[in-house]
Amino acid sequence: MSDLTFTLIEFGIKAAIIINIVLVMASVEVYLERKISAWIQNRVGPNRVGPMGLLQPIADVVKLFMKEDLVPKAAFQGFHRLAPLLTLAVAIGVYAVIPYAHYVNIGERTVYWGIAPNINIGVLFILAMTSIGVYGITLAGWASNSKYSLLGGLRSAAQMISYELSMGLSLLGVILIAGTLSLNEIILFQRDGWYGLRWMVFLQPVGFLIFLVSSFAETNRTPFDLPEAEPELVGGYNTEYSGMKFGMFFLAEYANMATASAFLSLLYFGGWSLPFPEFWDSIGLIEGTWSRALLQFGSFFVKLMIFIVFFIWVRWTVPRFRYDQLMNLGWKVLLPLSIINLFVTASVIIFFGL
Amino acid sequence: MNNRKNTEAERLTFWEKMYIPEIARGLGITLRQMFKPKDFVRQYPEQRWEPTGSFRGRPVLVEEDGGERCVACGLCARVCPALAIEVQAGETPREKERYPEKFEINMLRCIFCSYCEEVCPEEAIVMSKDYEIVYTSPQEAILGKDELLVPKAKLQDRLEFLRQYK
Repeated sequence: MSDLTFTLIEFGIKAAIIINIVLVMASVEVYLERKISAWIQNRVGPNRVGPMGLLQPIADVVKLFMKEDLVPKAAFQGFHRLAPLLTLAVAIGVYAVIPYAHYVNIGERTVYWGIAPNINIGVLFILAMTSIGVYGITLAGWASNSKYSLLGGLRSAAQMISYELSMGLSLLGVILIAGTLSLNEIILFQRDGWYGLRWMVFLQPVGFLIFLVSSFAETNRTPFDLPEAEPELVGGYNTEYSGMKFGMFFLAEYANMATASAFLSLLYFGGWSLPFPEFWDSIGLIEGTWSRALLQFGSFFVKLMIFIVFFIWVRWTVPRFRYDQLMNLGWKVLLPLSIINLFVTASVIIFFGL
Repeated sequence: MNNRKNTEAERLTFWEKMYIPEIARGLGITLRQMFKPKDFVRQYPEQRWEPTGSFRGRPVLVEEDGGERCVACGLCARVCPALAIEVQAGETPREKERYPEKFEINMLRCIFCSYCEEVCPEEAIVMSKDYEIVYTSPQEAILGKDELLVPKAKLQDRLEFLRQYK
């Protein structure tokens, strides 16, 4: 088999698997969201469709498909249709650079887990893609030609811009320490030292907190879900959407949540790296074997799920911020804090070395 | 008055203004809540709620000795604030001499106020425990005598309640 055909087949399979994982993850998240919210509110949650209500997300999707797809007469038809597509496409596109595990050897070839985990602008790519996501939402708000949608879209744009700054600045600390923008190399840095536990969260605790808060704002989750804000804005930017177009926004929101969780676990919690790498080598699970790769994927997946549950848990605990509080927190607290964090990190690296 | 007092900045302590400890406390509360047994939930279609005698459900006519108690005096129709009841009287050879030829309650109008029950001199119309009231058309929601008559034995709770508290 020539290199080209192998590459084409490899990436085709990877893309198919990853897109399916993203969509399945979204439905798992919806199920978890409903279950956890129910438990927190002293309810039982969905328990009718399938065992323990496990098929509830499927029922939801079927319902969304069967619903009538209403488009307001005064809406800008093309953009109204484009907005959910854009949002979902961007949300899924981010997964191209996320590494799920290190690599496996198939014959003489090395197959990395992830479509382009070694790309040397991985972090930049994710930041860029997530900020394109705001276009989808703003476009939806504008194209719906409804005041509620417009307000939601505007809020989303203002919020994303405010929090993107502190998000990027808090990330710079990680990049300074690791000295690379490649996600796999950041993970390798975290693996190679302190018995595989040189996690960035220990080196950058303040940066981690800032990033965590900003990622809540970036994914439009409570306490920062002002673009949707049901009590004030009906449904915010998705007020005028129904049927599967609404479903696409819904999917995108959950895909974004998974992205943020993946990003948090990659940058601050070692991603796929296993603690005590020497131990795994000594029992024969060397780098490049399937079992090692699956273990690494398990490690990544566990961290991912913990963060997703955390996101949901916070949503059902904290009330929504007021708009001025949101802006205060973003500009007057998180931005200066992230600049100080960056400054201190840089000084320590310059004067004391790594 | 003094509006400048009691602003957010003055109300909160330093740690409360830091958000994080308070949010962590809130998360602790919800975490504890998550693992509590869910005793308040009733699995509805399987586990039904049995109301007590004081419950005001669908108004029904009491059926006694094979006929209604109602003497078609029309007080219920007169008192009904939602104009849901329609009665037409007729003659009968039985002891009470009058009976309702037609007795209709429009359940789309009924507001479950129980005035009809209160005003009834014969204790012939009472509120039942029936709370699953579903119709598929407006015509179906107008209940005639055949749907309204319920044997006295089934209404014992309500009748006892009325005797005690009315």
